[in-house]
Amino acid sequence: MDRHRILIVEDSPTMRQLLVFALKRLKDVDIVEAQDGMDGLRKVTSDHFDLALVDINMPVMDGLKLISLIRGEESLKSMPIVVITTEGAKEDRERALALGADEYLCKPIQASKVLQVAKSLLKVG
Amino acid sequence: MSERREGLFSRAEEVLGLFRKGAEFTQELLRENERLRRELARVEAQQLAASDEHQWEKLRRELLSRIASLEGERSDMLERLRSVEDENRHFTERYIEIEEENNNLASLYVASFQLHSTLQLQEVLQIIVEIVINLIGAEVFAIYVLDEKTDALSAVASEGAVLSDFPVCHLGQGLIGGALASGETACADRGTRDDEVGEPIVAIPLRVQERPIGAIAIHRLLQQKAGFTPLDHELFTLLAGHAATAIFAARLYSQSERKLNTIQGFIDLLTK
Repeated sequence: MDRHRILIVEDSPTMRQLLVFALKRLKDVDIVEAQDGMDGLRKVTSDHFDLALVDINMPVMDGLKLISLIRGEESLKSMPIVVITTEGAKEDRERALALGADEYLCKPIQASKVLQVAKSLLKVG
Repeated sequence: MSERREGLFSRAEEVLGLFRKGAEFTQELLRENERLRRELARVEAQQLAASDEHQWEKLRRELLSRIASLEGERSDMLERLRSVEDENRHFTERYIEIEEENNNLASLYVASFQLHSTLQLQEVLQIIVEIVINLIGAEVFAIYVLDEKTDALSAVASEGAVLSDFPVCHLGQGLIGGALASGETACADRGTRDDEVGEPIVAIPLRVQERPIGAIAIHRLLQQKAGFTPLDHELFTLLAGHAATAIFAARLYSQSERKLNTIQGFIDLLTK
């Protein structure tokens, strides 16, 4: 069976570590970390990923810009994207979903919720 | 003459064939008769049993006893099913509890790991900020550090408002100073989304053993955060000890680095 590859794009090392902690509970998974939107774009365009977790407020390039660039790439159109952010307003959620995000999770997040969403998008049990 | 004899033999053969068939048919009729007699005897025996009141009563008692036994089995099965369902519910609840505990431990582990991952004061402060935003869900807050000479608490890092918006306070005074003096986390009796950067909604004292180091004052939570959870209180306790230790260690490291550089400078000067 193929391993699932997950990209975490998040500037906070604390959040990255927590997300890695949560996602490592999935079987056969490789996790790659990116510390800002630009780093995330570089990694997502040079390698294959089955899922991307993207923060919104990041230096260099924010998460919304990254999502719009990802969705602009034909080969990345179907890759599921989960937004993880402090922005809890309805309009922020709608904007992210309109740009092509598949899920929108507000901080503070529960590791179990991240795991549940990842399982659902990766279609694993 | 011989032709006539042959005709007679042929007729005799035909008559014999007819007799043989008749004998076979008679045998078949006898067998059928026997079968029908046995069947009749069986039906008569059944009718006799059915008409016997005693036999009926016996049969009825047997059936009632069987029904009672099946009812008993059914109620045992239902009882067992209920017990299995209860057990299942209990396991589900325990699983949820353990899952929640696991999540909480993951957050506490990550917070603790990050706090002790550096000896640079600015990085320690940044990590505390990240923990308070990402794991607690605060929108407006500040980290205060105590000046031991003047007992003044000044904000050294903040989120949601500039540092100058957070007023200087003193050890033992107000919610922040009071929390630091007592060593107990103090919560204000008001909502979680106060717009004023005045008194915070919660003040977490940062102390190394009995020595006051500073405090974290949370003024407003993120809009999606309704209130503090048990995990938040665990994080307050963790921050109270570990953030204080991390700040204390970073300051000591910075001072020792400076002293080491000064001494090294002297040695260099003397040995040149």
